[in-house]
Amino acid sequence: MLDFPRWKVISISLLLAFGVLMSLPSLFFGESHKYWPAFLPDETINLGLDLSGGSHILLEAEPADVAETRLQTMEESVRAEMRRANPRINIGDISRRDGVLSFMVRDSTQVDAARDVLEPLTTGAGLTGQRDWDIEVRDDTRFVVSPTSAGLENAVDNAMDTATDVIRRRIDEMGTREPTIIRQGDTRIVVQVPGLEDPEALKELLGKTAKLEFKLVDFEADPNAIAEGRAPVGSQVFPYPDNPSGLPNIAVKRLGGISGDKLTDAGQGFDPDTNAPVVNITFDTEGGAKFARLTQNNVGRPFAIILDGVVLSAPNINEPILGGSAQISGNFTVEEANQLSIALRSGALPVELQVVEERTVGPDLGADSIRKGMIAAIIGTAAVLAFMVVTYGRFGFYANFALALNLFLILGVMAIFNATLTLPGIAGFILTVGSAVDANVLINERIREERRRGRRVVQAVEVGYKEASRAIFDANITNVIAGLLLFIFGSGPVRGFAVVLIIGIVTSVFTAVVVTRMLVALWLRRTRPQELVI
Amino acid sequence: MKLLKLVPDNTNIAFLKWRNIAVAISILMIIGSMALVAQRGLNFGVDFVGGQMIRTTFTQTADAPITELREKVGALGYGDPTIQRFGQPNEVSIRMKLPEGADQDPELANTMADQITGMLKADYPDVRIDGVDSVSGKVSEELLSKGVWSLVGAMLAITLYIWIRFEWQFGAGALFALFHDVSLTFGFFALTQLEFNLNIVAALLTIIGYSLNDTIVVYDRIRENLKKYRKMDIIALLDLSVNETLARTVMTSLTMLVALIALIIWGPDVIFGFAAAMFLGVFIGTYSSVYMAAPILIWLKVGPDSFVPPEAAGGQAEKIGGPEEVG
Repeated sequence: MLDFPRWKVISISLLLAFGVLMSLPSLFFGESHKYWPAFLPDETINLGLDLSGGSHILLEAEPADVAETRLQTMEESVRAEMRRANPRINIGDISRRDGVLSFMVRDSTQVDAARDVLEPLTTGAGLTGQRDWDIEVRDDTRFVVSPTSAGLENAVDNAMDTATDVIRRRIDEMGTREPTIIRQGDTRIVVQVPGLEDPEALKELLGKTAKLEFKLVDFEADPNAIAEGRAPVGSQVFPYPDNPSGLPNIAVKRLGGISGDKLTDAGQGFDPDTNAPVVNITFDTEGGAKFARLTQNNVGRPFAIILDGVVLSAPNINEPILGGSAQISGNFTVEEANQLSIALRSGALPVELQVVEERTVGPDLGADSIRKGMIAAIIGTAAVLAFMVVTYGRFGFYANFALALNLFLILGVMAIFNATLTLPGIAGFILTVGSAVDANVLINERIREERRRGRRVVQAVEVGYKEASRAIFDANITNVIAGLLLFIFGSGPVRGFAVVLIIGIVTSVFTAVVVTRMLVALWLRRTRPQELVI
Repeated sequence: MKLLKLVPDNTNIAFLKWRNIAVAISILMIIGSMALVAQRGLNFGVDFVGGQMIRTTFTQTADAPITELREKVGALGYGDPTIQRFGQPNEVSIRMKLPEGADQDPELANTMADQITGMLKADYPDVRIDGVDSVSGKVSEELLSKGVWSLVGAMLAITLYIWIRFEWQFGAGALFALFHDVSLTFGFFALTQLEFNLNIVAALLTIIGYSLNDTIVVYDRIRENLKKYRKMDIIALLDLSVNETLARTVMTSLTMLVALIALIIWGPDVIFGFAAAMFLGVFIGTYSSVYMAAPILIWLKVGPDSFVPPEAAGGQAEKIGGPEEVG
């Protein structure tokens, strides 16, 4: 017991000093640590949203939507490629039922040619060489193109990656600071924005797919049919809430439109004539050329501006628009126009996202929680410290010293891992105070016991540490097991609790057993007491 | 300096004398808790049933007008709200079920929240919106199943660990004690109708960990004494072990309680339920270590041979085996 080599003392002291040093930046949140010398660490603990205030939003995509969009794109490419083939391949009876695309080749001699056109469309770009789509020919002339599961997975994965980027751009455009945007699982994205004034605006922005389309209006369609939602062949019906004609819907040509994903810029502006808020968009070269062609060929006809499946407006094409820029009018307020331009600038979401979980904490409540948590922690710790000294005297003081170090160490370790402190995490701190002293209680009670049995001072201390260690070890392992399960299955703030608990268990075993043992050994060696007040 | 001794030296209380009565009471309590949960149900928060919770503080009013709020929110046509105080009398939470069809169209939930907060701000100028929690049915189902799995997983993993470190009887005893602790905590929440949310799962797992602490300390001493006093009657031995560790049990429980009282009185209101559950858990956990975990060892026939034979036999085999190998 008395044998405590110098190298051990030094390495334990260094380790403790390092932990305390790492904890310092976190103790001075905010501005003050900007002025610190550069050699000091600057990693700090993150404050959870429940303490800092802010919004946590969980978005989820429906994989079926991705599949549907993908099928639609496939149909469009098949139509385009078959038309472009030389000689042109006539196809008909196209359907997208049950998640598969099927069509008939009208001329049975062109089946092989059609297959050749189809092949390159259905091969995946992946390294596995797996096909994205299966092609099947039934009854000689009917092609059935069905997505493979690998292809679909890949598509969902890509869509989610793109969606995450789009979300990040949108939030950056809003000018919020330090947002966290993480993909979670296969179809989810977590968005965390601290200290947000208006979470509603954020949700609105995130929920917008921002898929912009320009399509020609089918003005030959029967208005009664349109009102009932029926469209003539080759057209489709979209809702049009601001329709000047009073109909709730409008029919547009299925083909020949262009999509608005080829933009270089979008910004809010005002219509020079009416002074109404509008969104000005600028196409890239390719999009500009397509838009020029569309307007050139259709002067005098109206085209519909469609956002996320709803028609915003259907202006007449008075003259060809060749400059590559256009103006989107719709019944906007300035703010709406602003939001739409942000959404358009950051690109369309490849898949619709829905908010499945939202947690917003006001900054006042967060600050209140920190304040109350601190007060409770200080009072609780002080009471435990006093209790330990009254009960174990010098040994209680050692335990308290270890406990104080332990608190610094937990903060330090959390800072190293950039862990997040949440409100339940503060509770975890206070509980760690309560349970960390348990190790010392076990040791000290055992020393008392051994003294009663008549062991001499040094021997009693020795046996006390040795016999108590076994129970301390077993008890802490089971606590770690509970903590790990909490970490694995828990979410958000509860995870923050598990982190504090697990780190606290590890550091407390170190301080409560190793550090106090060192302190006691050094004291015993120095004074060689014959009696022990414990 | 005279130091405080909570438990006098050489305390010898015949704890195990009351084991049959204690276990009978415990079993009754478990059954009672289950009946309470079945009959009254748990007051699940939005975490586990989905819906929306709006937390508000009336900054200028001493008492939040709960009855009036209930009528006004009810008049919005989204069904009856659950309105509860939390912490101070001027702080309330308004809980709503998500409107029909909100899983398909989250916009509906937003509209509902907007209408409620709009009404609050218009009718009560001093109201401060402290937070909005909105959880869809799908996510709440996941949170619930994750919560259940973490509890079940923790109990089984810990039991397994004790089985490996001690003997199977000890694992069974620990599992039974844990079952007791968890059941009674559930019963407490059914009785008080405190909100049962994610934080409470964290509290339950902490209670499990804490109760195990106690159980292991007692078990560790039983194991030690079983090896030391091979002729001692098992009941006397268990009593001795519990008494020898009693000072530690009392001291640790008290430090935990001191920390928890600080949390309950001065801590943030949001975690009141958590702290209350833990407070109760300290008592239940300590009790179950003495009266559930220990007596089971008698019925599962733990004796001095539970630990000694494998070790002794192994040691002898080595001694006998040694020379033969050399020869």
